[in-house]
Amino acid sequence: MIIAKNISKHFGKLVALDSINITCNAGECIALIGPNGSEKTTFIKSILGLVVPDSGDILFNNKTISKNWMYRSQIGYMPQIGRYPDNMTIGQLIKMMKDIRRENKNNIDEELLYSFQLDKMLDKRMRTLSGGTRQKVSALFAFLFNAEVLILDEPTAGLDPLAAEILREKIIKEKQKGKLVLITSHVLSELDDIVTQIIYIQDGKLIFHKDIEVLRTETGEQKLSKAIANVMAKTLINE
Amino acid sequence: MNKVIKYVVIDILRSKIVLAYTFILFIISFSVFSLEDNTAKGLLSLLNLVLFIVPLVSIIFSTIYVYNSSEFIELLLSQPLRRKQIWLSLFYGLSASLSLAFLIGAGVPLLIYEPTVTGLIMAIVGSLLSVIFVAIALLAAVSSRDKAKGIGVSILLWLYFALIFDGLILFLLFQFSDYPLEKPMMVISGFNPIDLSRIVILLRLDVSALMGYTGAVFKDFFGTNVGFVTALSVLVLWVIVPLKLSLAKFKRKDL
Repeated sequence: MIIAKNISKHFGKLVALDSINITCNAGECIALIGPNGSEKTTFIKSILGLVVPDSGDILFNNKTISKNWMYRSQIGYMPQIGRYPDNMTIGQLIKMMKDIRRENKNNIDEELLYSFQLDKMLDKRMRTLSGGTRQKVSALFAFLFNAEVLILDEPTAGLDPLAAEILREKIIKEKQKGKLVLITSHVLSELDDIVTQIIYIQDGKLIFHKDIEVLRTETGEQKLSKAIANVMAKTLINE
Repeated sequence: MNKVIKYVVIDILRSKIVLAYTFILFIISFSVFSLEDNTAKGLLSLLNLVLFIVPLVSIIFSTIYVYNSSEFIELLLSQPLRRKQIWLSLFYGLSASLSLAFLIGAGVPLLIYEPTVTGLIMAIVGSLLSVIFVAIALLAAVSSRDKAKGIGVSILLWLYFALIFDGLILFLLFQFSDYPLEKPMMVISGFNPIDLSRIVILLRLDVSALMGYTGAVFKDFFGTNVGFVTALSVLVLWVIVPLKLSLAKFKRKDL
């Protein structure tokens, strides 16, 4: 569904992405893992077209995304730090998003609006919201249009345990509908029973892309966090 | 296209700055015309105010607005919208609000006190200047990620067009006073939209007689219909070129 071919990106002298090749198929739930500053977000943003790669190509449903924008109607994106116009209320923002994505209007999924109880604070201005509530709004927008691909950047960071659990269940539910889910997270324990594949990125390089079962047998660890720690230790030794 | 413009215009109106700007222009225009018993004098005073205030407000307001909408732009970019559409919506929203503000604030008093072609031309040139400086502001804002730097560049650009450019021209004129510079001066004036606007309007007033030989050469060209259309086309170019450049930069920008 999403194929990245040899994409590279430089920010000045910094090599952010170093000829990355990745293929992501529908029905998978893929965790993007890597140390802080390993350019996971840059990779995600280049899929969305927010960052323009220097070279290489990204294919979405076998069509290149450069000079294309309609493909984004099939993506629900939850940014790491959701930034919204300060003066708008939650209600106005939801109305605006529905207006902008009018082509998806027959396919609205407002489940999170109610399970996060955002429907009770539609009149609150974005400026007055706490970090956690902003996260909830971001999550709502990612799922609102029933998109085929969900890209979630640190979805549970800043959410209280109850909200994090609601979001986790929502992700599992959407995955079972055959959607492609891309998640970055530092809390590996909560990914355990969600993800089917792991992509490990370090310093802008793809270290590996494996099925979680393969990883478990290779490392002999059942827990994802331990398996990853095992791999990280190995790469450190190799260096 | 228009669904994004709608939100830009609502957002601009909500800040009330544009409303205050309209009101101030209105008060200034009326008081200028009421102070002078001769409308030609009033027109001249208003011209100088307009050529100063309109570019300043347009460029500063638009630059700050673009920086302050960075969240809004980021949100829109992850949606199925063309980058071109987002950027042009910002441009259309800003230029519509600012030129409408000018037309209501200064255009209405102008046409009440001076219901002639000259008054109409001044209203048109004033709104064109608003749009020109919105386009220049967009170029300044897209060139730098740093807000302070972007606004600083905008202020310098305004200073350049409003003051420094004239200083440079005076310097050139004095240095090369032995040569006939009247014709090159006409070309050079095209490099500054404020100067060009001033010439277009001044030549319609009697005071152009005071401009000496240069004034006569200017009148020979800009006074004709062909000259006037050329001047307007150059002003339109001043909208298109900065806008195209900023659009090209915005399309390649990483967010």
